[in-house]
Amino acid sequence: MTTNLTDLHISEAISLLEKKEISSVELTKAHLEEMEKARVLNAYITETPELALEQAQESDKKRINGEKIGRLEGIPIANKDLYCTKGVKTTAASKILSNFLPPYESTVTQKLKDAGTIMLGKVNTDQFAMGGSTMTSYFGVTKNPWADENGEYNLVPGGSSGGSAAAVSAGLCMGATGSDTGGSIRQPASFCGITGIKPTYGRCSRYGIVAFASSLDQAGPMARSVEDCALLLREMAGHDEKDSTVVNTPVPDYTLALTGDIKGKKIGIPKEYRSKDLNPEIAQAWDKGIELLKNAGAEIVEISLPHTKYALPVYYIIACAEASSNLARYDGVRYTTRVEGNSLDEMYENTRTDGFGPEVIRRILLGTFVLSAGFYDAYYTRAQRVRRLIYNDFISAFEKVDAILAPAAPTTALSYEAMQNMSPVDTYLGDVFTTPASLAGVPSLALPITIAQNGLPIGLQVIGKHFDENTVFQVSGVLESLAGFDKKPHHVKG
Amino acid sequence: MTYTIKGKTGEWEIVVGLEVHCQIISNSKVFSGASAKFGANPNANVSFVDAAFPGMLPVVNEKCIEQCVKTGMGLNAVINKYSRFDRKNYFYADLPQGYQISQLYYPIVGEGYIEVTTDDGTKKIGVERLHLEQDAAKSIHDMNPSKSYIDLNRSGVGLMEIVSKPDIRTPQEAGEYLRQLRAIVRALETCDGNMDEGSMRCDVNISVRPVGSTELRQRVEVKNVNSVRFVMQAIEIEAQRQVDLYEDGKTFSQETRLFDSVNMETRSMRSKENANDYRYFPDPDLLPVILTDEYIENIRQNLPELPEAKKKRYIEVLGLPAYDAGILVSDKETSLYFETASENQDAKKVANWIMGDLFAYLNKSGLTISESPVSAKNLGALVGLINDGTISGKIAKEVFEIMTETGKDPSVIVEEKGLKQVSDTGAIEALISDILNANQDKVAEIKAGKDKLKGWFVGQIMKASQGKVNPALANQLLDKKLSEQ
Repeated sequence: MTTNLTDLHISEAISLLEKKEISSVELTKAHLEEMEKARVLNAYITETPELALEQAQESDKKRINGEKIGRLEGIPIANKDLYCTKGVKTTAASKILSNFLPPYESTVTQKLKDAGTIMLGKVNTDQFAMGGSTMTSYFGVTKNPWADENGEYNLVPGGSSGGSAAAVSAGLCMGATGSDTGGSIRQPASFCGITGIKPTYGRCSRYGIVAFASSLDQAGPMARSVEDCALLLREMAGHDEKDSTVVNTPVPDYTLALTGDIKGKKIGIPKEYRSKDLNPEIAQAWDKGIELLKNAGAEIVEISLPHTKYALPVYYIIACAEASSNLARYDGVRYTTRVEGNSLDEMYENTRTDGFGPEVIRRILLGTFVLSAGFYDAYYTRAQRVRRLIYNDFISAFEKVDAILAPAAPTTALSYEAMQNMSPVDTYLGDVFTTPASLAGVPSLALPITIAQNGLPIGLQVIGKHFDENTVFQVSGVLESLAGFDKKPHHVKG
Repeated sequence: MTYTIKGKTGEWEIVVGLEVHCQIISNSKVFSGASAKFGANPNANVSFVDAAFPGMLPVVNEKCIEQCVKTGMGLNAVINKYSRFDRKNYFYADLPQGYQISQLYYPIVGEGYIEVTTDDGTKKIGVERLHLEQDAAKSIHDMNPSKSYIDLNRSGVGLMEIVSKPDIRTPQEAGEYLRQLRAIVRALETCDGNMDEGSMRCDVNISVRPVGSTELRQRVEVKNVNSVRFVMQAIEIEAQRQVDLYEDGKTFSQETRLFDSVNMETRSMRSKENANDYRYFPDPDLLPVILTDEYIENIRQNLPELPEAKKKRYIEVLGLPAYDAGILVSDKETSLYFETASENQDAKKVANWIMGDLFAYLNKSGLTISESPVSAKNLGALVGLINDGTISGKIAKEVFEIMTETGKDPSVIVEEKGLKQVSDTGAIEALISDILNANQDKVAEIKAGKDKLKGWFVGQIMKASQGKVNPALANQLLDKKLSEQ
């Protein structure tokens, strides 16, 4: 029984717990054991087994005593180590925050706690969420639980939410929080064969999440099914007076959107995403998705998102500009690590040189440059203008269609070696399909659709209108059931 | 009386603009819920937002928005229905976020003016803008020889930065501008205006040019000048320094200087190797501030009377001289005192008592008007006692002194001490008869035409009555008695 517990979907576990066929302690223990066995993957930065068991016991007690319980009562999950968790180390996978114990809890993790979830620990990420491989983490790379053609665990899980994706995929948690700035939920979901949604910007509170790029950062869930993502997001979303960018609109019950029926829905296929360089296997997977939706009664409409090609540079200008300012607070004065110097400026220099990894430094410098006097208009102002055009692209497209279907990533999971041999800018190309929706702030869900010849999963993304996660879930649910993707990563198969 | 500096090559005029930072009166800080109160123990009023902990987000305090709008109205300024926050990026130990949230591109208040009255007459000094921003924390460098301490209490307190146009041409205008501004924010209760506690701080931009020229020459910013007097002195001294440099054929760069009030000089602040590039950009954590017409109108309807309007009313309705009116409206407490004291009384006389005896007493005792032992109501009552003839002006001075010591009602004092003016003609006539009889020689002299001696008799009458006789009545009765002699 124990091994199967880590294969369960959240929706299945909820009903088993309700029927008291399993307890939260059993469920939690099963995951803790699996975590121990999977240390080689390095998915977790901090494991909190005692805390998890304590919470699980409490949860079981509540259930037995008939007390009021949450909608996700007893479900063990993992949190990306970007979410501040009260009294539990929160590092943003960096050296500079390697000893940081937050005296507060992020709004999203608090909401999940209130819903009854059990936290198993904090999972790895690219440092300050900057990267698409989890290789920039100060705490070492996370391994993709899918092996390469030689059966070796040599592949990246994607990033930045690579720890979340790997943990979900390998059964080291039932679901996880991720965060997506330019694709950081969708790309690792695609690399690891799981499901993840970046909701509309303004849907989830950013309070207590270590900021990377404030106008783009958005919290979202990662899990092994569309329904599980709906269950998690239902708890994570909602107004928060501590974040003025969260919209004060009611959060629908996303599970009700999973009707299984999309007859008459218009699905847009953006022609700009189908470039000459598109990997043929990715193109085939996309075509498969189109075919499945057509078979389900959807109307397929070719659309144009004319400014797509600018999304990547615009994204890197804006994200780096915001990051250069957001990361200024890690200065050695208060809660970070500190490396002394002979003057205040020298202390800053020493602390930040030592505390930040090379990718973080690269982005801070890039962001500082684009905001500098003399360059501001050429880069930042222009990028903001183009961002508006990209936003308008989506607004016009959604006048014609209900949702958009596109690839989630240009490749399947890459090897460490391949990543290392790429220039930093080449690695940024991995975000080519995900950054447009980020810049426009629209919701987008990535889900696995098929297996490539190299044995690795390929994901697609379903993009919806602002605050219309319902349609995204509705279309994704149908796509998921028709695709019938049931492959497990090698790590799980053993 | 324009202000010029006479140099070897000719006359120079000054071009001055002021940037005034006013700490906003509000319970909590501008972007966090921590208390904005002054004077708490170091680091007692600090939230995680103020200390810039990871993942903390600013949320704008609506009270601070309201205070800016009010102040903008006090400055006769345009209220911008759309404003936005920007980040000003720089590193310093007392700036936890590594940036200050301010409003560079779209301030909440646009152009306005402050009317000032100087020896040269009345003039409008333009206000360029008012924007909302957060204060930095405070570095304390003198507690330890090798360490600096940071007090985060001030970090995130709301500030209004009010920038004037370079319209100021004399040190006196600068002083009056500051006084008027202080009176406005105090009347509106948007800032307490205490320059010595740093809740109002002034940076002065100074340049000079030959009289008759319209060019704007290199300016120098003199930072943190913390009194009206120092602002006026700093202008004189810095302008003179610039004139001397120009006349010696020297140039100088745009720089920031400090005013040293002990040595009476301005000094260059340690210039940083790298010129600051603040890399302003819109703060993505905050939404734009959108004000509706209804919101603005509602504030306008509830605005208290402003010092300028009050001054006009004192002059036109109450008949006070402009100078007196100006002084009485210069701060809220004084005008409140005046208005209470002059209720149903002779306003001009009340003003004279406030600006004369009361101010002299308060100055001597080091008290503010709100600490005065003589209440406004009692001072009004004292003027009433003079006006209805109950006591003479001379007795009133005596009563006032007792009031400062006891705080008692003047009519009670008059009653207790028996200071009531004697108006009983019979009694006075008897008193006069006695004096005339005792001084027949002087009576004879008056009869012989030495009219001046009448004054001596009045003095005797007052002395004998301990000042209680109504002087006009005494004169009248003296004449009558003399004619009977």
